[in-house]
Amino acid sequence: MTRIDDCFARLAASKRKALVAYLCVGDPTEDESADLALACVRAGADILELGVPFSDPTADGPVIARASQRALAKGGGLGATLRVARKIRAQTDAPIVLFGYYNPLFVRGEGAVVDAAAEAGADALLVVDLPIEESLPLRGAAYAKGISLVPLLAPTSSPARIASLQAAAARFPGGFVYYVSVAGVTGNAEAPLSVASTAAGKLKATLKLPTIVGFGVDTGDKAKLAAKDCDGIAVGTAIVKRIEDGASAEVRLASVTALVAELRAALDAG
Amino acid sequence: MSATPKGDQGGTREDATKTKPGYFGPFGGRFVAETLIPALDELTHALETIVHTTGFQTEWRDLLAKYVGRPTPLSDAKRLAHSIDPAGAFLKHLYLKREDLCHTGAHKINNALGQALLAKKMGKRRIIAETGAGQHGVATATACALFDLPCEVYMGAEDVKRQAPNVGRMKLLGATVIPVMSGSRTLKDAMNEALRDWVTHVGTTHYCIGSAAGPYPYPELVATLQAVIGDEARAQVLAAQGALPDGAVACVGGGSNAIGLFGAFLKDDGVALYGVEAAGHGVHTDKHAATLTAGRIGVLHGSKSYVLCDDGGQILEAHSISAGLDYPGVGPQHSYLKDTGRATYVSATDDEALAAASLVARTEGIIPALETAHAFAKIGDIARELSAARGRAVSLVLASSGRGDKDLATYLERLEVFRDAH
Repeated sequence: MTRIDDCFARLAASKRKALVAYLCVGDPTEDESADLALACVRAGADILELGVPFSDPTADGPVIARASQRALAKGGGLGATLRVARKIRAQTDAPIVLFGYYNPLFVRGEGAVVDAAAEAGADALLVVDLPIEESLPLRGAAYAKGISLVPLLAPTSSPARIASLQAAAARFPGGFVYYVSVAGVTGNAEAPLSVASTAAGKLKATLKLPTIVGFGVDTGDKAKLAAKDCDGIAVGTAIVKRIEDGASAEVRLASVTALVAELRAALDAG
Repeated sequence: MSATPKGDQGGTREDATKTKPGYFGPFGGRFVAETLIPALDELTHALETIVHTTGFQTEWRDLLAKYVGRPTPLSDAKRLAHSIDPAGAFLKHLYLKREDLCHTGAHKINNALGQALLAKKMGKRRIIAETGAGQHGVATATACALFDLPCEVYMGAEDVKRQAPNVGRMKLLGATVIPVMSGSRTLKDAMNEALRDWVTHVGTTHYCIGSAAGPYPYPELVATLQAVIGDEARAQVLAAQGALPDGAVACVGGGSNAIGLFGAFLKDDGVALYGVEAAGHGVHTDKHAATLTAGRIGVLHGSKSYVLCDDGGQILEAHSISAGLDYPGVGPQHSYLKDTGRATYVSATDDEALAAASLVARTEGIIPALETAHAFAKIGDIARELSAARGRAVSLVLASSGRGDKDLATYLERLEVFRDAH
């Protein structure tokens, strides 16, 4: 059983929802990213999404796009993210998802990326701009190393696309599904989270995979709403914003910890 | 209406370059967020079921004739040819396909009108576009004014500065110009922002991409709408000299005017195809936009193609004096034409382009766009090479893709370069 399967099984057994925390690695530094990620776990995050900064993050809103630019300016990228993953893995068993765009993976080579990810202790890859049709080679290579490829589905995904994902999921089982709550970029304040949660819950039944909702979840109330019919939620922009706004490492750590704890409490109260 | 006589088509482009659907050999595809896939499916369906219908073609070609001014003429650039090759040793004829005479001053209007018409028929209520030099932005704003569609154009803040006349034109045409402050503040970043807008308003909005780049079906849609350039040029050159040209030459940023010109000649093995990229300060410096000449295969803006990126896969900032060529990617069909050897890609520096613009202005009375000036800059080299291979003086057709009014400020600032060149 992989760390991700195990994580969702434990959550299901205790009737709790998954809290997935994203941060952009290298913003403000590699070391602090590792500290912040571990703080998220201590505050109640179940799964970590380590954002691989990319020069052209077309699916991200301004907050994560700025974080990406800051991280790149300090030499961030896939290599730095793998280093941070390894460091985190030495201190926690929480599943780690490497979250980013395709070109850094393509340039390094899919096989090499999968090897490096496995070696660093990562459990999954989520590639925003690699839709199901283009993803099968990477999915297969990753599966062979015990790494899953987390697919994104959106309100615009047609039944035919869900069916093709279903076929891929049957061939390479494991992982979870990330349901994008709204047609838009990350950090959308207007996301219809209740509707998204219901849709994600239905997908869970179809795909036989745990399903979480992300995009637009930034408070305890929204987390509760987004998680009501599915297996959990992802929070990214709200964490990254607190890192951006925090004046010192201590302030950033306290602020991110407080947010994650608030979301955890709200999910557990649900 | 088409200037190409029936029975004299250059062959179906699709046969010549397409492999699996959405791909040109290993290049192309769709590398976008899941949310956009249905919109690309919808557009692919529209390309198949609307664009190729007689109804659409009649309406669009009527606009090209009565609004754009097509067919554009083919000019025999005798003085320029003579100045490049006074002895007539290697360059027999240089024909200019005069896209600079299109309404709005560049070939971009062919595509913009086609896409606006298509958007209207698809029931889209809003158009967005990205622009570099502003020519595609102006063309889209023009088409939207004509079709009564709201239009928002994303333009890098750097380009807003260096292409001020086009910003003014877009505003006058009723479009909203949104300066993009992120990244290098040029075309790449404008495209990022347009993609973010599109993903957010995907149900109601058509994204009018101006280049033969982006996720499938855009490269094919744009190539289809720009094919009129090559179709006309092929027939016009045949009429002018009773034979096909030896070579066809065009500048390449994303590559829409080039693919428009090349399309008609793909199956004519005797016609060599040349794309000219922007070498900026030189392809051996870090300030250029010569993606095919000095890039590597990668994924940018939705398709697999040559890109400028570092070993970590981060896209690099391109540089060119020409905003329209200042892009670290290129259309996937060009990557395929390069790798199969069907087309040859060379590059011209900023200074070579400036010198060429000056020469063209003085010998032909045509002030070319800075983009087009790059193609002019390599005519001598290309003609010499081709002539050596064929053992005789050659005839070339060049896509004179746009006029240089928008670049006047740059030209005037750089007058000393012109003087040095003469």
